[in-house]
Amino acid sequence: MTSLPKSTDRRLGLLIDLDTCVGCHACVISCKEWNTSNYGAPLSDMDAYGEQPVGTFLNRVHTYEIKEPEAPAQIVHFPKSCLHCQDAPCVTVCPTGASYKRSEDGIVLVNEADCIGCGLCAWACPYGAREMDAEAGVMKKCTLCVDRIYNENIPEEDREPACVRTCPAGARHFGDFDDPNSNVSLMSAARGGIELMKEQGTKPTNRYLPPRPKSDIESQSQIDMPIPFLEPVSGAKGFIGWLDKALEKI
Amino acid sequence: MHPAPSVILFTSLSGLGFGLLAWLGIGLPLVFGWSAFWYFFVGFGLAVGGLLASTFHLGNPQRALKAFRQWRSSWLSREGILAVISLLVMAIYAIGLIFLNSNWQIIGILGAVGSLATIFTTSMIYAQMKTVPRWNTGFTPVLFLLYSIAGGAIVAGNSLIASALLVILLVVQMVSWNLGGKSFSNAGHTIETATGLGFLGKVRQLESPHSGSNYLLKEMVFVVGRKHATKLRAISIVLFGVLPLALLMLAPFWMFSVPLATISHIIGLFASRWLFFAEAEHVVGLYYDKR
Repeated sequence: MTSLPKSTDRRLGLLIDLDTCVGCHACVISCKEWNTSNYGAPLSDMDAYGEQPVGTFLNRVHTYEIKEPEAPAQIVHFPKSCLHCQDAPCVTVCPTGASYKRSEDGIVLVNEADCIGCGLCAWACPYGAREMDAEAGVMKKCTLCVDRIYNENIPEEDREPACVRTCPAGARHFGDFDDPNSNVSLMSAARGGIELMKEQGTKPTNRYLPPRPKSDIESQSQIDMPIPFLEPVSGAKGFIGWLDKALEKI
Repeated sequence: MHPAPSVILFTSLSGLGFGLLAWLGIGLPLVFGWSAFWYFFVGFGLAVGGLLASTFHLGNPQRALKAFRQWRSSWLSREGILAVISLLVMAIYAIGLIFLNSNWQIIGILGAVGSLATIFTTSMIYAQMKTVPRWNTGFTPVLFLLYSIAGGAIVAGNSLIASALLVILLVVQMVSWNLGGKSFSNAGHTIETATGLGFLGKVRQLESPHSGSNYLLKEMVFVVGRKHATKLRAISIVLFGVLPLALLMLAPFWMFSVPLATISHIIGLFASRWLFFAEAEHVVGLYYDKR
């Protein structure tokens, strides 16, 4: 049934810290590695070693430059994957019921055995979170690593999405946004977690922590750390000073 | 949006076919025997041909029957179901006219209503997309229905009705093209709202997430198609509207008027549908700093 559940017991999702993300794309690779070898059809690549390689990815990192007219530019790396929306438009458009949202944890999934590959769900998603696999002809999307987070066959510390587990900067966090005391809820509340393209009314679960304000050397008085601590090279005193002057004279 | 030939064929031809069936259902023209056979043959051929074309772009067409299940929430599912029901009802009506020389009017009217409802559901597949502001308007169903009944009237030989409908269609299509240009900015989506970073300043893409293309860019950020938009609009207007109108009004009794008007209308309709997709901008393009 592709109607959305009225409510979900939990709201699992990702919190991505745009202040910390260094844009290394490790999450992209780790996501592809886990998801191509586990749940569902592999994430295929076309013309992988040729002129124009294209492939299916569930997570991609954009890089933006943000600029105020009179201020230096700021660079923000911006990982983007499925936001597991509460009002997921990709679910209701599905004609077969392949696309669904779980009532227990809010994860949006595709039942690949029912997917006819019409592509309508990808059209309905404002975030570009769904990609049709060119090899399997079914829609692929982030599963929030549903086959890791509940998996008792792997060590406990690995039971989080592959992208979160791998992030070397600690920019990705996983948790329950329905629990006000969860790690993600607390951080999101403290730093004003951003909802992407709010005006689409999709009520995304994932949140983005905005970059912290940068210090600005142009407007915040002249700060030049090393200069005051540097002794002038000339004008040495004592024996060295005498030697310096004596040698100058010769 | 990528103007896939299968989808252009599907919406154009099935629209025309169901439009013709709708006219036949209300007895315009009321035909019997062999004459009825040929009219219904064309109607069913276009409608079914169009529907078959729609399965060509599926990743897994062998599972297409599963698409009839989710009529409660999905317009695509509703369309499939209504199309099959309407075709079956019209088939019963056609049997009466062709083989039994009897006009079961109520069944015909039911079939006609079903045919129009099918067109409406087709249009809603596109009109429901909040992600494509140009489609997300009342113009989409109105235009789909107008194209369908105007084209159907041409093929059915209802020349006077067809002429009147073509005039209305021309006006509505031109108004919709004019307003459509502003729909994206009116919806208020920008790269700043997409990233939520507008409070820091003006956002632009510095590096794409991938050096090559991907499914999203090919399917939803189809920039090339808009290059010749103005020329295509002019060609489309002449072919789907002006030329058929001239033929039907000026040479109503010439034996080639209806066939020529039909061919011209279909080619113009293809151009118009191409533009319907090619000019439609999806909000996901904002993440790539493209539209």
